This record gives sequence, C-alpha cells and structure tokens, in this order.
Amino acid sequence: MLEIRNLSFSVDEDGEQKEILRNLDLKIEDGKFIVITGPNGSGKSTLARLIMGIEKPSEGQILFDGKDITDLDITERAKLGISFAFQQPVRFKGIRVKDLLRLASGKNLSVSTACEYLSEVGLCARDYIDREINASLSGGELKRIEIATLLARHTRLSVFDEPEAGIDLWSFQNLIRIFEKMRKEIKDSSIVIISHQERILNIADEIVLLSAGGIIDKGSPETIMPKLVSQSSVCQRLQ
Amino acid sequence: MVKLDAIQKRLIEEIADLHSVPEGAYNFRANSRLAGRNTTANIDIISKPDGSGIDIRIRPGTKKESVHIPVVLSESGIKETVYNDFYVGEDSDVVIVAGCGIDNCGTQDSEHDGIHRFHIGRNAKVKYVEKHYGSGDGKGQRILNPVTEVYMDENSSMEMEMEQIKGVDSTDRQTVAELKAGAKLVVKERLMTHGSQNAVSGYQVNLNGAGATADVVSRSVARDDSSQTFNARVTGNAPCSGHTECDSIIMDRGRILAIPSLEANNVDAMLVHEAAIGKIAGEQLVKLMTLGLTEQEAEEQIINGFLR
Repeated sequence: MLEIRNLSFSVDEDGEQKEILRNLDLKIEDGKFIVITGPNGSGKSTLARLIMGIEKPSEGQILFDGKDITDLDITERAKLGISFAFQQPVRFKGIRVKDLLRLASGKNLSVSTACEYLSEVGLCARDYIDREINASLSGGELKRIEIATLLARHTRLSVFDEPEAGIDLWSFQNLIRIFEKMRKEIKDSSIVIISHQERILNIADEIVLLSAGGIIDKGSPETIMPKLVSQSSVCQRLQ
Repeated sequence: MVKLDAIQKRLIEEIADLHSVPEGAYNFRANSRLAGRNTTANIDIISKPDGSGIDIRIRPGTKKESVHIPVVLSESGIKETVYNDFYVGEDSDVVIVAGCGIDNCGTQDSEHDGIHRFHIGRNAKVKYVEKHYGSGDGKGQRILNPVTEVYMDENSSMEMEMEQIKGVDSTDRQTVAELKAGAKLVVKERLMTHGSQNAVSGYQVNLNGAGATADVVSRSVARDDSSQTFNARVTGNAPCSGHTECDSIIMDRGRILAIPSLEANNVDAMLVHEAAIGKIAGEQLVKLMTLGLTEQEAEEQIINGFLR
C-alpha cells in the first residue's frame, strides 16, 4: 500500500516560492487501479514524480507498505518495487530496445521473453528488438517501448504519466488490456495512472481529481464521471 | 611461432579478440620482433628488406579471408615506427584486423607508431578493425601515433572500425583517404580518454571521382582531466557525397575540441557535417535509475551504449 501524508511541493520561481502541491493526503490500497486527473498545471505529474522519488517534497511523508520512503532515492524506491513510465520517454544513443528491457527486468532476459513484452505493446518484436532507442523512433513507438519496460519490471506499484499520449486508437484498446493484465498477473499490485482520457477514467477503481495542488474530489467513476462530463462545468468548478 | 607470455596473450585478447592462433594469414609482432607469421595461397606477408615493416599482398579475387596483424609491447622503453603496406587485389573481399596493445609497468615511455597504407583495387571490399589498448601501472607513458593512408580504386569499398577505449596516455591519429569514382568509405571511430590522457584524431578524406561517398563518424567520451581534439575534413572534388559527424560526451573536467570541416570544389558535391558535445543528460540517468540502477551503473550503461 502507498500512503501519502500531508505532502507539499514548491518550486523557486524568480525568487518566489510557488506551491505546486499543498498538504495532500492519499491512500492507494493494494490491488487498486487509480486514475489521477485534473486540469493542466494541477500538479498531477509532480505527484507521480514525487512517488518515484524524481522530485523531493518540501514537506510531508510517503510510505510504501508501511515503510517511510520519503528520504529514499529513485534507485532504492525502484528496488522496493515502484516503477514509473515517463510522459515523454527518454532517448539513448546506442542503447537498444533489448538492452533497456534487460535492464528493466533486472536479469539476463531471454530474447523470446523480450519479444513477448514487445508483442504485448503491439510492436513487431523482430523489427524492434535490436533498434536503438534514439531519434529514429517515433513518439508513439517510444511510448509503447516505455510501457514494455514496465511489463519487464513486474513491480507491485506502477505509475504511468499520461500513457495514452501519442498512442493511436488501435493500441489504446491494447493499453487498457495491458493494465488489466498487469493487475491480474502481479499479486496485490496497484496501478496509478495520470490521465485525461475518458476511457481510462472509466475503468478506474477510483478517480482522484486534482486541482491547484490539492485533491478536490475522489471516488468511483460512477460518482466522479458525471461531474466531469461537461468540460465547461469542470472548468467552472475548478476556478 | 614464438611463445607469448601471459601479458602478451592478454593484450592480444584485448585488441584482436583472439584466444588462440587465428585462421588465415597473420603476423604477430611482440616487443619489436616477429613472433609468428602465417600466409595462405591468396595472402602473402613479406618483411620489407630494410626491416621497417611488412607488405601484405592479397591476390585479386580473394574472398572471405582474413588477415590479423596484432602488435604487443610488454617491455618498458620501446619506441618503434612500423610501415605496413596492404595491397588488396581487385574484386577481393577481406577482413583485416590490426591493433596494438601496450603494457608498461616501467618508468620509460613505450611508443608504437604504425603507418598503414592501403592500396585497394577496383571493386574490392575491405573491412578493417583496429583496436588500441594500454595497461600497466608504471610511470612510463603508453603512446600510440598511428597514421593510416587509404587509396581506393574505382568502386572499391572500405569500412573502418577504430577503437581506443582504455589505457593509452597519448595518441595522435591521422587518417588520409583518396577515393576514386564510385568508391565508398565508412569510418566508425570510438574513443574514450581518462586521467590526464590526450588524444588527437584527424581525418582528411578526398572524394576525387564521381559517385564517391564517405561517412566519417566519431563517438567519444572524455573523462577526468583528459582532452581530445577531433578534426575531420571532407573535400569533394567531383559529384560525390560526404558526411562527417562527431558526437561527444564530456565528463568531470574533460576538454573536447571538435573541428569538422567541409570543402567543396565541385558544384555537385554534397557534403554535410554534424558535431555535438554535451554531458550525459540528467533524464537519461533518472530513467535508468527508475529501473533500479544506481547512478554510477546508469552512467556506465549510457557510456557503453554510446561507444558501442
């Protein structure tokens, strides 16, 4: 279980402290599928990065399975079983798809297993396994490889920052299937997704609505979705 | 063949991936002396009469054969200049593996300056692999100053892989290539410098005939207090195409000077150069750390990939 207690995060902007997240409390139970949504600038991605340890909070605590991980670095959190899919996946010169999948799995991954991960994300394994993760790959291809690395990680908590961005309709169905499969295959695993996509919001166990650095609502899709139906009404609500 | 000692064997493994005597033609040189030679029906190796080096003659039409010419220096204080001339016959297709390993545990400098000249016949295809490696904890410097000259006849092709990853204190590498019509040259250089090492790498590629092409790509990493200079010039004297690229990672207090340059003397010469120097991107480190690697492990993976 992941527990966030009184979490705040601020940045220095031209000498002034700007608060991105404020006194945020959130519990993510084992086996849950949580979607965090909200307008641009509400602090969604920052929250995801704080969970992974990429950013450090100015105040508050993060607990994973009851252990305080607030002061642990990215590597330590990764080793405890937290993984993270970047909104904009990173490119590497010379590192190949199979190298990244091998590093993600933490073991000497067989080519056939690596190929299975690629097939899961809708990429023809034979064409991609030896490709470098460089500028020759499109944004959509990178995004799918990023998701494949999380499949290879096989962790208890997977955080996806806007996984649907740049993914076409066909693979969108695939993406939802992947999330459901991950939940089934990894015992007590939780998935946290940052998303605006209605179809992803619809399959959540719980939607967390963020605005201006705080949680303004949360609940099942049945209770939250009607409030989000009209974009304009959301905007009004969030003002 | 003269028996090689453990250090010499290790050096040969590093520079030529050889664990035993290779198949095909070879010429081993250890501490300025001939340590073994083999010739084949198609590849002859002849010592120059004045003892300054060897001639390697590959008969026209020789296919799928290889030549290994490793050099090892395991005594301190050796300084040698060696001239190796390769005559690659028309229509042949061969692999040439060269390289020099220096182990210097002494106080005197050890230096090997290899001058390689390739005369590549029409339609011939050559893959050339050259690795340089240094080891030993003596105060003496390990110095390598190779000069490579490539003369390419019509429609010949040459792919050169040159690698110097570890242990060479000082290197000044100069490569000159002259290409006739339809000839194709591909150079892939990999360089890493540590400590207070200094490396200079210069290329002058002249595209003299119609349809000649050259692609000179260097990737390098400068760590600690080391310094590097990369100076690549491609000159187009005919309708031709040329590309040169220098891509470097700078670390610690390293210094890198990249001077790619182009010269066109024909209106149909198409020449491109690219150069980039930068430190390892923070987001690359973060990505690999999210996979469970420490920062140091992430750095190693990024550099290994970059220099692949």
